[in-house]
Amino acid sequence: MNYLQTYLQAYLQKIGHVTLKSLAKLGRASLFFYSIITALPYVLMRPQLLIKQMFSVGVLSFWLIIISGLFVGMVIGLQGVYTLSTYGAEASLGIMVAASLVRELGPVVSALLFAGRAGSALTAEIGLMKTTEQLSGMEMMAIDPIKYIIAPRFFAGFLSLPILALLFSSCGILGGHLTGVELLQVDLGSYWTQMQQTIDFYDDIVNGIIKSIIFAWVVSWIALFEGYDALPTSAGVSRATTRTVVNSAFAILFFDFLLTAIMFGSA
Amino acid sequence: MNTKSTEILVGLFVCIGIAALFFMALQVSNFQALQNKAGYTITANFENINGLQNKALVSMAGVPIGRVSRIQFNADDYNAIVSMRIDQQYTNLPTDTSASIYTAGLLGEKYIGLTAGGMDDFLVEGSVIELTQSSLILEELISQFLFSSSDK
Repeated sequence: MNYLQTYLQAYLQKIGHVTLKSLAKLGRASLFFYSIITALPYVLMRPQLLIKQMFSVGVLSFWLIIISGLFVGMVIGLQGVYTLSTYGAEASLGIMVAASLVRELGPVVSALLFAGRAGSALTAEIGLMKTTEQLSGMEMMAIDPIKYIIAPRFFAGFLSLPILALLFSSCGILGGHLTGVELLQVDLGSYWTQMQQTIDFYDDIVNGIIKSIIFAWVVSWIALFEGYDALPTSAGVSRATTRTVVNSAFAILFFDFLLTAIMFGSA
Repeated sequence: MNTKSTEILVGLFVCIGIAALFFMALQVSNFQALQNKAGYTITANFENINGLQNKALVSMAGVPIGRVSRIQFNADDYNAIVSMRIDQQYTNLPTDTSASIYTAGLLGEKYIGLTAGGMDDFLVEGSVIELTQSSLILEELISQFLFSSSDK
Protein backbone atom coordinates (compact mmCIF):
# COMPACT_ATOMS: atom_id res chain seq x y z
CA MET A 1 0.00 0.00 0.00
CA ASN A 2 2.82 2.32 0.97
CA TYR A 3 4.56 1.37 -2.22
CA LEU A 4 1.58 2.41 -4.27
CA GLN A 5 1.38 5.71 -2.46
CA THR A 6 4.98 6.68 -3.15
CA TYR A 7 4.62 5.56 -6.74
CA LEU A 8 1.47 7.62 -7.21
CA GLN A 9 3.07 10.63 -5.53
CA ALA A 10 6.09 10.46 -7.78
CA TYR A 11 3.88 10.18 -10.82
CA LEU A 12 1.73 13.17 -9.84
CA GLN A 13 4.85 15.15 -9.10
CA LYS A 14 6.15 14.39 -12.57
CA ILE A 15 2.93 15.58 -14.19
CA GLY A 16 3.00 18.76 -12.11
CA HIS A 17 6.65 19.34 -12.96
CA VAL A 18 6.04 18.98 -16.70
CA THR A 19 3.00 21.27 -16.56
CA LEU A 20 4.79 23.99 -14.63
CA LYS A 21 7.81 23.72 -16.91
CA SER A 22 5.72 24.10 -20.05
CA LEU A 23 3.80 27.02 -18.55
CA ALA A 24 7.06 28.72 -17.64
CA LYS A 25 8.31 28.19 -21.17
CA LEU A 26 5.10 29.60 -22.62
CA GLY A 27 5.51 32.62 -20.37
CA ARG A 28 9.12 33.13 -21.46
CA ALA A 29 8.04 32.77 -25.10
CA SER A 30 5.28 35.37 -24.66
CA LEU A 31 7.66 37.88 -23.07
CA PHE A 32 10.12 37.16 -25.87
CA PHE A 33 7.42 37.83 -28.46
CA TYR A 34 6.41 41.03 -26.70
CA SER A 35 9.98 42.32 -26.76
CA ILE A 36 10.24 41.49 -30.50
CA ILE A 37 7.08 43.48 -31.21
CA THR A 38 8.33 46.47 -29.23
CA ALA A 39 11.54 46.34 -31.29
CA LEU A 40 9.59 46.90 -34.53
CA PRO A 41 10.30 50.68 -34.75
CA TYR A 42 14.01 49.97 -34.33
CA VAL A 43 13.94 47.50 -37.23
CA LEU A 44 12.00 49.87 -39.46
CA MET A 45 14.57 52.60 -38.82
CA ARG A 46 17.36 50.24 -39.90
CA PRO A 47 16.06 48.49 -43.03
CA GLN A 48 19.60 47.29 -43.81
CA LEU A 49 19.29 44.63 -41.12
CA LEU A 50 15.91 43.52 -42.44
CA ILE A 51 17.11 43.27 -46.05
CA LYS A 52 20.13 41.23 -45.05
CA GLN A 53 17.91 38.76 -43.18
CA MET A 54 15.34 38.66 -45.96
CA PHE A 55 18.15 37.53 -48.20
CA SER A 56 19.15 34.62 -46.01
CA VAL A 57 15.59 33.66 -45.04
CA GLY A 58 13.67 34.40 -48.22
CA VAL A 59 15.90 34.57 -51.27
CA LEU A 60 17.90 31.49 -50.34
CA SER A 61 14.65 29.49 -50.00
CA PHE A 62 13.58 30.61 -53.49
CA TRP A 63 14.67 27.62 -55.57
CA LEU A 64 13.53 25.10 -52.99
CA ILE A 65 10.03 26.60 -53.08
CA ILE A 66 9.92 26.96 -56.88
CA ILE A 67 10.99 23.39 -57.54
CA SER A 68 8.81 21.84 -54.82
CA GLY A 69 5.82 23.88 -56.00
CA LEU A 70 6.33 22.77 -59.57
CA PHE A 71 6.56 19.11 -58.62
CA VAL A 72 3.60 19.21 -56.23
CA GLY A 73 1.51 20.82 -58.96
CA MET A 74 2.66 18.24 -61.50
CA VAL A 75 1.70 15.40 -59.17
CA ILE A 76 -1.76 16.90 -58.50
CA GLY A 77 -2.15 17.26 -62.27
CA LEU A 78 -1.42 13.57 -62.83
CA GLN A 79 -3.48 12.34 -59.90
CA GLY A 80 -6.31 14.72 -60.76
CA VAL A 81 -6.62 13.47 -64.33
CA TYR A 82 -6.41 9.88 -63.11
CA THR A 83 -9.23 10.37 -60.57
CA LEU A 84 -11.42 12.78 -62.54
CA SER A 85 -11.32 10.67 -65.73
CA THR A 86 -13.35 8.03 -63.82
CA TYR A 87 -16.23 10.52 -63.91
CA GLY A 88 -15.33 12.01 -67.25
CA ALA A 89 -14.69 15.33 -65.51
CA GLU A 90 -11.11 16.06 -66.62
CA ALA A 91 -12.27 19.55 -67.56
CA SER A 92 -12.47 20.38 -63.85
CA LEU A 93 -8.76 19.66 -63.36
CA GLY A 94 -7.97 23.38 -63.19
CA ILE A 95 -10.34 23.85 -60.27
CA MET A 96 -8.91 20.87 -58.42
CA VAL A 97 -5.28 21.96 -58.89
CA ALA A 98 -5.85 25.64 -58.11
CA ALA A 99 -8.21 25.17 -55.18
CA SER A 100 -6.05 22.59 -53.42
CA LEU A 101 -2.90 24.65 -53.97
CA VAL A 102 -4.22 28.11 -53.15
CA ARG A 103 -6.30 27.11 -50.13
CA GLU A 104 -4.22 24.39 -48.52
CA LEU A 105 -1.02 23.07 -50.05
CA GLY A 106 0.54 26.40 -50.95
CA PRO A 107 0.51 27.91 -47.45
CA VAL A 108 1.03 24.62 -45.57
CA VAL A 109 3.76 22.95 -47.62
CA SER A 110 5.71 26.16 -48.09
CA ALA A 111 5.51 26.78 -44.33
CA LEU A 112 6.76 23.24 -43.63
CA LEU A 113 9.62 23.67 -46.09
CA PHE A 114 10.33 27.10 -44.64
CA ALA A 115 10.52 25.61 -41.14
CA GLY A 116 12.99 23.02 -42.37
CA ARG A 117 15.07 25.33 -44.55
CA ALA A 118 15.04 28.67 -42.70
CA GLY A 119 13.61 27.91 -39.24
CA SER A 120 16.22 25.30 -38.35
CA ALA A 121 18.99 27.58 -39.60
CA LEU A 122 17.67 30.43 -37.44
CA THR A 123 17.57 28.24 -34.33
CA ALA A 124 21.06 26.91 -34.93
CA GLU A 125 22.43 30.40 -35.58
CA ILE A 126 20.87 31.98 -32.51
CA GLY A 127 21.67 28.94 -30.35
CA LEU A 128 25.30 29.03 -31.41
CA MET A 129 25.48 32.77 -30.76
CA LYS A 130 24.21 32.07 -27.28
CA THR A 131 26.64 29.17 -26.76
CA THR A 132 29.62 31.22 -27.87
CA GLU A 133 28.39 34.06 -25.65
CA GLN A 134 28.01 36.52 -28.49
CA LEU A 135 24.58 37.51 -27.21
CA SER A 136 25.81 38.25 -23.71
CA GLY A 137 28.81 40.01 -25.26
CA MET A 138 26.43 42.35 -27.03
CA GLU A 139 24.54 42.97 -23.83
CA MET A 140 27.87 43.89 -22.20
CA MET A 141 28.33 46.51 -24.93
CA ALA A 142 24.81 47.81 -24.20
CA ILE A 143 23.48 46.54 -27.54
CA ASP A 144 20.14 44.82 -27.14
CA PRO A 145 20.42 41.49 -29.03
CA ILE A 146 16.62 41.36 -29.36
CA LYS A 147 16.65 44.58 -31.35
CA TYR A 148 19.78 43.90 -33.36
CA ILE A 149 19.71 40.12 -33.90
CA ILE A 150 16.27 38.66 -33.18
CA ALA A 151 13.73 41.22 -34.40
CA PRO A 152 15.16 41.66 -37.95
CA ARG A 153 15.08 37.88 -38.40
CA PHE A 154 11.52 37.67 -37.13
CA PHE A 155 10.16 40.36 -39.45
CA ALA A 156 12.18 39.00 -42.38
CA GLY A 157 10.45 35.64 -41.94
CA PHE A 158 7.13 37.39 -41.52
CA LEU A 159 7.54 39.13 -44.88
CA SER A 160 9.18 36.28 -46.78
CA LEU A 161 6.84 33.35 -46.15
CA PRO A 162 3.70 34.89 -47.74
CA ILE A 163 5.75 35.68 -50.86
CA LEU A 164 7.13 32.15 -50.90
CA ALA A 165 3.64 30.67 -50.49
CA LEU A 166 2.35 32.73 -53.42
CA LEU A 167 5.28 31.55 -55.53
CA PHE A 168 4.62 27.96 -54.49
CA SER A 169 0.97 28.15 -55.54
CA SER A 170 1.76 29.89 -58.83
CA CYS A 171 4.42 27.32 -59.75
CA GLY A 172 2.08 24.51 -58.74
CA ILE A 173 -0.66 25.78 -61.03
CA LEU A 174 1.86 25.98 -63.88
CA GLY A 175 3.05 22.47 -62.98
CA GLY A 176 -0.52 21.20 -63.15
CA HIS A 177 -0.76 22.80 -66.58
CA LEU A 178 2.42 20.97 -67.65
CA THR A 179 1.22 17.50 -66.76
CA GLY A 180 -2.53 17.97 -67.19
CA VAL A 181 -2.67 20.01 -70.37
CA GLU A 182 0.64 19.36 -72.12
CA LEU A 183 1.14 15.72 -71.18
CA LEU A 184 -2.35 14.29 -70.68
CA GLN A 185 -4.22 16.45 -73.19
CA VAL A 186 -6.78 18.08 -70.91
CA ASP A 187 -8.33 20.98 -72.81
CA LEU A 188 -6.30 24.16 -72.29
CA GLY A 189 -9.36 26.42 -72.32
CA SER A 190 -11.32 24.47 -69.73
CA TYR A 191 -8.28 24.16 -67.45
CA TRP A 192 -7.92 27.94 -67.16
CA THR A 193 -11.52 29.17 -67.56
CA GLN A 194 -13.05 26.74 -65.06
CA MET A 195 -10.29 27.73 -62.64
CA GLN A 196 -11.00 31.43 -63.15
CA GLN A 197 -14.73 30.95 -62.73
CA THR A 198 -14.46 29.01 -59.50
CA ILE A 199 -11.51 30.48 -57.61
CA ASP A 200 -12.49 33.65 -55.80
CA PHE A 201 -9.89 36.31 -55.14
CA TYR A 202 -11.04 37.19 -51.63
CA ASP A 203 -12.40 33.84 -50.43
CA ASP A 204 -9.56 31.72 -51.73
CA ILE A 205 -6.43 33.70 -52.49
CA VAL A 206 -6.62 36.31 -49.73
CA ASN A 207 -7.51 33.61 -47.19
CA GLY A 208 -4.49 31.62 -48.38
CA ILE A 209 -2.28 34.67 -47.84
CA ILE A 210 -3.75 35.20 -44.35
CA LYS A 211 -2.93 31.57 -43.57
CA SER A 212 0.66 31.95 -44.69
CA ILE A 213 1.06 35.17 -42.65
CA ILE A 214 -0.06 33.30 -39.54
CA PHE A 215 2.25 30.38 -40.32
CA ALA A 216 5.10 32.86 -40.80
CA TRP A 217 4.43 34.29 -37.37
CA VAL A 218 4.29 30.83 -35.75
CA VAL A 219 7.40 29.43 -37.46
CA SER A 220 9.58 32.50 -36.92
CA TRP A 221 8.50 32.77 -33.32
CA ILE A 222 9.17 29.10 -32.55
CA ALA A 223 12.51 29.06 -34.39
CA LEU A 224 13.88 32.20 -32.74
CA PHE A 225 12.60 31.35 -29.30
CA GLU A 226 14.01 27.82 -29.37
CA GLY A 227 17.40 29.24 -30.35
CA TYR A 228 17.25 31.94 -27.70
CA ASP A 229 16.07 29.50 -25.04
CA ALA A 230 18.47 26.67 -26.00
CA LEU A 231 20.84 25.15 -23.48
CA PRO A 232 24.21 26.73 -24.30
CA THR A 233 25.87 23.43 -25.19
CA SER A 234 26.31 21.65 -28.51
CA ALA A 235 23.74 19.04 -27.46
CA GLY A 236 21.36 21.79 -26.37
CA VAL A 237 21.58 23.56 -29.74
CA SER A 238 21.06 20.31 -31.63
CA ARG A 239 18.01 19.47 -29.50
CA ALA A 240 16.63 22.98 -29.96
CA THR A 241 16.98 22.67 -33.75
CA THR A 242 15.07 19.39 -33.72
CA ARG A 243 12.39 20.92 -31.50
CA THR A 244 12.01 23.83 -33.93
CA VAL A 245 11.26 21.57 -36.88
CA VAL A 246 8.96 19.23 -34.92
CA ASN A 247 7.05 21.93 -33.04
CA SER A 248 6.73 24.11 -36.14
CA ALA A 249 5.23 21.19 -38.07
CA PHE A 250 2.74 20.51 -35.27
CA ALA A 251 1.86 24.18 -34.92
CA ILE A 252 1.43 24.66 -38.69
CA LEU A 253 -0.88 21.67 -39.03
CA PHE A 254 -2.88 22.62 -35.94
CA PHE A 255 -3.32 26.24 -37.01
CA ASP A 256 -4.17 25.08 -40.51
CA PHE A 257 -7.03 23.01 -39.14
CA LEU A 258 -8.20 25.92 -37.00
CA LEU A 259 -8.02 28.46 -39.84
CA THR A 260 -9.66 26.13 -42.34
CA ALA A 261 -12.50 25.52 -39.89
CA ILE A 262 -12.95 29.28 -39.47
CA MET A 263 -12.54 30.24 -43.14
CA PHE A 264 -14.20 27.38 -45.00
CA GLY A 265 -16.07 25.49 -42.28
CA SER A 266 -19.28 27.50 -42.41
CA ALA A 267 -19.87 27.22 -46.16
CA MET B 1 28.25 38.68 -51.08
CA ASN B 2 28.38 42.45 -50.84
CA THR B 3 25.52 44.65 -49.69
CA LYS B 4 24.55 45.91 -53.13
CA SER B 5 23.96 42.52 -54.73
CA THR B 6 22.10 41.35 -51.59
CA GLU B 7 19.78 44.31 -51.93
CA ILE B 8 19.27 43.68 -55.63
CA LEU B 9 18.38 40.03 -55.01
CA VAL B 10 15.97 40.91 -52.20
CA GLY B 11 14.36 43.53 -54.44
CA LEU B 12 14.01 40.96 -57.20
CA PHE B 13 12.52 38.50 -54.73
CA VAL B 14 9.86 40.98 -53.61
CA CYS B 15 9.06 41.89 -57.23
CA ILE B 16 8.61 38.23 -58.16
CA GLY B 17 6.30 37.88 -55.15
CA ILE B 18 4.17 40.79 -56.33
CA ALA B 19 4.16 39.34 -59.85
CA ALA B 20 2.88 36.06 -58.39
CA LEU B 21 0.09 37.95 -56.64
CA PHE B 22 -0.91 39.58 -59.94
CA PHE B 23 -0.79 36.21 -61.67
CA MET B 24 -3.12 34.86 -58.99
CA ALA B 25 -5.50 37.77 -59.26
CA LEU B 26 -5.71 37.97 -63.03
CA GLN B 27 -5.07 34.44 -64.31
CA VAL B 28 -6.22 32.14 -61.53
CA SER B 29 -9.17 33.89 -59.92
CA ASN B 30 -12.17 35.86 -61.08
CA PHE B 31 -10.86 39.17 -59.83
CA GLN B 32 -14.03 41.01 -60.75
CA ALA B 33 -14.91 42.00 -57.22
CA LEU B 34 -13.89 45.58 -57.92
CA GLN B 35 -15.83 45.71 -61.15
CA ASN B 36 -18.80 44.03 -59.49
CA LYS B 37 -19.20 47.03 -57.24
CA ALA B 38 -20.15 49.03 -60.30
CA GLY B 39 -23.50 47.61 -61.27
CA TYR B 40 -27.07 47.39 -60.11
CA THR B 41 -29.07 44.84 -58.17
CA ILE B 42 -32.36 43.35 -59.29
CA THR B 43 -34.40 40.68 -57.54
CA ALA B 44 -36.62 37.84 -58.65
CA ASN B 45 -38.93 35.54 -56.68
CA PHE B 46 -38.64 31.86 -57.49
CA GLU B 47 -40.92 29.10 -56.30
CA ASN B 48 -37.97 26.75 -56.00
CA ILE B 49 -34.29 27.45 -56.54
CA ASN B 50 -33.20 23.85 -55.97
CA GLY B 51 -29.46 24.15 -55.52
CA LEU B 52 -28.78 27.60 -56.95
CA GLN B 53 -25.73 28.95 -55.14
CA ASN B 54 -24.58 32.38 -54.16
CA LYS B 55 -22.25 33.80 -56.85
CA ALA B 56 -23.86 31.67 -59.53
CA LEU B 57 -23.74 33.16 -63.01
CA VAL B 58 -26.54 35.26 -64.42
CA SER B 59 -26.49 35.06 -68.19
CA MET B 60 -28.42 36.36 -71.14
CA ALA B 61 -28.10 34.65 -74.51
CA GLY B 62 -25.42 32.50 -72.85
CA VAL B 63 -23.20 35.49 -72.06
CA PRO B 64 -22.48 36.10 -68.35
CA ILE B 65 -23.80 39.54 -67.42
CA GLY B 66 -23.81 39.30 -63.63
CA ARG B 67 -23.82 37.10 -60.56
CA VAL B 68 -26.26 36.05 -57.87
CA SER B 69 -25.45 38.21 -54.87
CA ARG B 70 -27.91 37.01 -52.23
CA ILE B 71 -30.50 34.29 -51.70
CA GLN B 72 -33.18 34.72 -49.02
CA PHE B 73 -36.28 32.88 -47.96
CA ASN B 74 -39.47 34.88 -48.21
CA ALA B 75 -41.55 33.78 -45.20
CA ASP B 76 -44.70 35.61 -46.41
CA ASP B 77 -45.14 33.81 -49.71
CA TYR B 78 -42.97 30.76 -48.97
CA ASN B 79 -40.73 31.34 -51.94
CA ALA B 80 -37.12 32.36 -52.53
CA ILE B 81 -35.91 35.89 -53.21
CA VAL B 82 -32.80 35.89 -55.38
CA SER B 83 -30.83 39.12 -55.68
CA MET B 84 -28.65 39.48 -58.76
CA ARG B 85 -25.90 41.98 -59.36
CA ILE B 86 -25.88 42.96 -63.03
CA ASP B 87 -22.77 44.57 -64.53
CA GLN B 88 -23.11 48.25 -65.11
CA GLN B 89 -22.74 48.19 -68.90
CA TYR B 90 -25.96 46.17 -69.37
CA THR B 91 -28.47 48.86 -68.57
CA ASN B 92 -31.02 48.08 -71.27
CA LEU B 93 -32.81 45.01 -69.89
CA PRO B 94 -36.57 45.45 -70.50
CA THR B 95 -38.86 45.39 -67.45
CA ASP B 96 -40.66 42.28 -68.72
CA THR B 97 -37.44 40.26 -68.82
CA SER B 98 -38.05 36.72 -67.59
CA ALA B 99 -35.70 34.67 -65.42
CA SER B 100 -35.29 30.88 -65.33
CA ILE B 101 -32.96 28.58 -63.45
CA TYR B 102 -31.00 26.22 -65.66
CA THR B 103 -28.34 23.61 -65.11
CA ALA B 104 -25.02 23.77 -66.92
CA GLY B 105 -24.50 20.22 -68.15
CA LEU B 106 -26.06 17.16 -66.55
CA LEU B 107 -24.32 17.49 -63.18
CA GLY B 108 -23.14 21.05 -63.54
CA GLU B 109 -23.83 24.16 -61.55
CA LYS B 110 -27.14 25.98 -61.59
CA TYR B 111 -27.28 29.37 -63.24
CA ILE B 112 -29.92 31.95 -64.03
CA GLY B 113 -30.81 32.60 -67.63
CA LEU B 114 -32.52 35.87 -68.47
CA THR B 115 -34.66 36.26 -71.57
CA ALA B 116 -35.37 39.78 -72.80
CA GLY B 117 -38.94 40.97 -73.20
CA GLY B 118 -40.30 43.71 -75.42
CA MET B 119 -41.03 46.64 -73.13
CA ASP B 120 -39.47 50.04 -73.65
CA ASP B 121 -38.76 50.62 -69.94
CA PHE B 122 -35.57 49.20 -68.50
CA LEU B 123 -34.77 47.46 -65.23
CA VAL B 124 -33.03 49.67 -62.70
CA GLU B 125 -31.57 49.26 -59.20
CA GLY B 126 -34.11 47.45 -57.00
CA SER B 127 -36.40 46.30 -59.83
CA VAL B 128 -38.22 42.99 -59.44
CA ILE B 129 -38.44 40.48 -62.26
CA GLU B 130 -42.07 39.28 -62.37
CA LEU B 131 -41.78 36.42 -64.83
CA THR B 132 -39.82 33.56 -63.31
CA GLN B 133 -39.57 29.87 -63.93
CA SER B 134 -38.29 27.55 -61.22
CA SER B 135 -35.61 25.01 -61.79
CA LEU B 136 -36.62 21.57 -62.97
CA ILE B 137 -36.49 18.95 -60.25
CA LEU B 138 -35.65 15.58 -61.64
CA GLU B 139 -37.40 13.64 -58.86
CA GLU B 140 -40.68 15.50 -59.42
CA LEU B 141 -40.57 14.85 -63.15
CA ILE B 142 -39.87 11.17 -62.65
CA SER B 143 -42.61 10.75 -60.03
CA GLN B 144 -45.12 12.58 -62.23
CA PHE B 145 -44.22 10.35 -65.10
CA LEU B 146 -44.43 7.19 -62.96
CA PHE B 147 -47.78 8.04 -61.38
CA SER B 148 -49.36 9.19 -64.62
CA SER B 149 -48.26 6.02 -66.39
CA SER B 150 -49.47 3.75 -63.58
CA ASP B 151 -52.97 5.28 -63.78
CA LYS B 152 -53.45 4.01 -67.26
